[in-house]
Amino acid sequence: MNQLINKNLYGDYGDKENAGGASGSHDTSSEWPLWEVFIRSKAGLDHKHAGSLHAADAQMAIENARDVYTRRMEGVSIWVVESKYIHASDPGESESMYEPATDKIYRHPTFYDLPDELKHM
Amino acid sequence: MSTNQLFYTLQIADNALILGHRISEWCGHGPILEQDIAITNTSLDHLGQARSLYQHAADLFNALSSAEKTNCFASAALQAKISKGENLTEDDLAYLRDGWDFRNVLLVEQPNKDWAYTIARSFFYDAYNFCFYTELQKSKDSALAAIAEKSLKEVTYHLRWSSEWVIRLGDGTDESHARIQEAINSYWAFTGELFEMSVVDKAAGEVDVNALKPVWLQRVTTVLDEATITVPKDAWMHSGGKDGRHTEHLGYILAEMQFMQRAYPNMEW
Amino acid sequence: MTVHSFQEHFDKKIDDEVMIEPRDWMPDDYRKTLIRQISQHAHSEIVGMLPEGNWITRAPSLRRKAVLLAKVQDEGGHGLYLYSAAETLGISRDEMLDQLHTGKAKYSSIFNYPSLTWADMGAIGWLVDGAAIMNQVPLCRTSYGPYARAMVRVCKEESFHQRQGFEIMLTLSNGTEVQKKMAQDALNRWWWPSIMMFGPPDADSPHTAQSMRWRIKRFTNDELRQKFIDVTVEQAKLIGLTVPDPDLKWNDATGHYDYGAINWDEFWNVVKGNGPCNKERLEARKKAWEDGAWVRDAALAYSKKRKARKENNKTLAA
Repeated sequence: MNQLINKNLYGDYGDKENAGGASGSHDTSSEWPLWEVFIRSKAGLDHKHAGSLHAADAQMAIENARDVYTRRMEGVSIWVVESKYIHASDPGESESMYEPATDKIYRHPTFYDLPDELKHM
Repeated sequence: MSTNQLFYTLQIADNALILGHRISEWCGHGPILEQDIAITNTSLDHLGQARSLYQHAADLFNALSSAEKTNCFASAALQAKISKGENLTEDDLAYLRDGWDFRNVLLVEQPNKDWAYTIARSFFYDAYNFCFYTELQKSKDSALAAIAEKSLKEVTYHLRWSSEWVIRLGDGTDESHARIQEAINSYWAFTGELFEMSVVDKAAGEVDVNALKPVWLQRVTTVLDEATITVPKDAWMHSGGKDGRHTEHLGYILAEMQFMQRAYPNMEW
Repeated sequence: MTVHSFQEHFDKKIDDEVMIEPRDWMPDDYRKTLIRQISQHAHSEIVGMLPEGNWITRAPSLRRKAVLLAKVQDEGGHGLYLYSAAETLGISRDEMLDQLHTGKAKYSSIFNYPSLTWADMGAIGWLVDGAAIMNQVPLCRTSYGPYARAMVRVCKEESFHQRQGFEIMLTLSNGTEVQKKMAQDALNRWWWPSIMMFGPPDADSPHTAQSMRWRIKRFTNDELRQKFIDVTVEQAKLIGLTVPDPDLKWNDATGHYDYGAINWDEFWNVVKGNGPCNKERLEARKKAWEDGAWVRDAALAYSKKRKARKENNKTLAA
């Protein structure tokens, strides 16, 4: 059972030191760390997760991201973060995390019934 | 219009093509996927520059008088086209000239060998190219000035990339330090030619490459110092490329590069 | 949640076409199958750089040279996206490469065939990339999120690949006699290996049912193969080339082309390592990796040194 639950943690956004893929048996000490790449496609938009890559350091990660993920003019700004530093919510807790929001429909403007004559609101 | 402006343009174009060709040999064989992709981007930049320059050179050639045209190139295949009065294209200039008509510096035709030699060659050339294109932006030939302006952005990145690799290798492991030092020492002898004023350089009245040397040396020294690499002592320098006298390597590059155009002449691909 | 309900939850997601994401619970076999499929796919991309890569230095025009170089580079990018997707499943890229280099992992057999003439660059783009796209487009909706997202990116970039290949074939077909001959020769050599790319017939493909259930696969091998043949035969007609299959004929009843028997004996032999270039391809990959070891080590050593120096400076400042 323990082993099974542990599978929850497979993944790139693990909170384990070896997130990014060590399966335990393989020596990864000579491997360049894994980085997550976020790209702003044009000024005014948010940075969006584009993918990942390996790089020896942050500067190289930015340059690799430029060479790998912006070959077709996909970006004007790049963020990189070493994958192991990303902390993620636990999908096992998604019910308690996200479902309580589903019945709060009064947070949405469409919840309110107002006369058609009313403009600009 | 004189033939000199044509030769001057070819001198720049040949550097871009031969270096781009050399670097393209890495594609699919890089030390790690990310750097395979990175170095190929550099190659594509050089090839793009070469194409713009050859297109300009072809325009310059086609505007020459027929008397001038016959004295430009030795290659029999080109002479045949010229005698038929055909216009030349970028591909004719790249694929139909023989080695003695190529005007690239010897540095760019030197073999890749390993990552250290490749980086050393690129670093020396990128540092030169950065200085060179900066000056060429002021060219009185507006086409060259425009190419220089566009290329300078690419070259700025090339220089950053190759400088960082020199530093990484120099200040990395004992092995990488030894390898990059050896490569720097070995290719140093090809850097003198970059700053020699060839007959064509002198007649063109464009960039005074001789004057670029101090800036180049300063940049190179700064990076090599940070890389804990010893700057080689000034010694004997090879030259001849700009006048069409090459190392043996160029012949093999051309044999491979020009094979299709030679085996199947006068066809569209 | 109990083991049982984990499984139920997973099955329901699959049935409801909800994507599985890296940290979600998944059955062990699902994970293993995905790692196998995605890493094989990634290996195929990087081994696939080789047969075309060997023509970069011989491309017949500057335009073709730049296009081919960009194309082969893209394949490296595709390998990278796919390795990254597999890494979310808990395997490192180094480990996958190790499996490739030791012969434990397979890659697409097509890349064990030689590229002999320039026309092969056309045939590979047209047929091999065409077959790959046929396989890959449905995978954009595959059940595992990172894989699906990688495939969306791959398919976007892949569309130029097939076009450039077809354009090469078109140019050759409109060219001189010898160019037409070159194009036909390339089609003759690449046709059968291309249709083998879809894998063994459904009857001999034991994993298909489970993979379809998991939505790791969305169509069977034979379905995709038929679709490819139907489309490609028409394209060949358009450029005046003959598909090298005497049994090929339109079947009004099925609305598809009937095709001749595939030489599966050859297929399995190439898979087993007896293809014309198996050894060369693997050697080339291994050599690149081994020759690159000192470079990768150097970058890592430098990064550590620099970090240590920074820490040191901080301590001194404090």
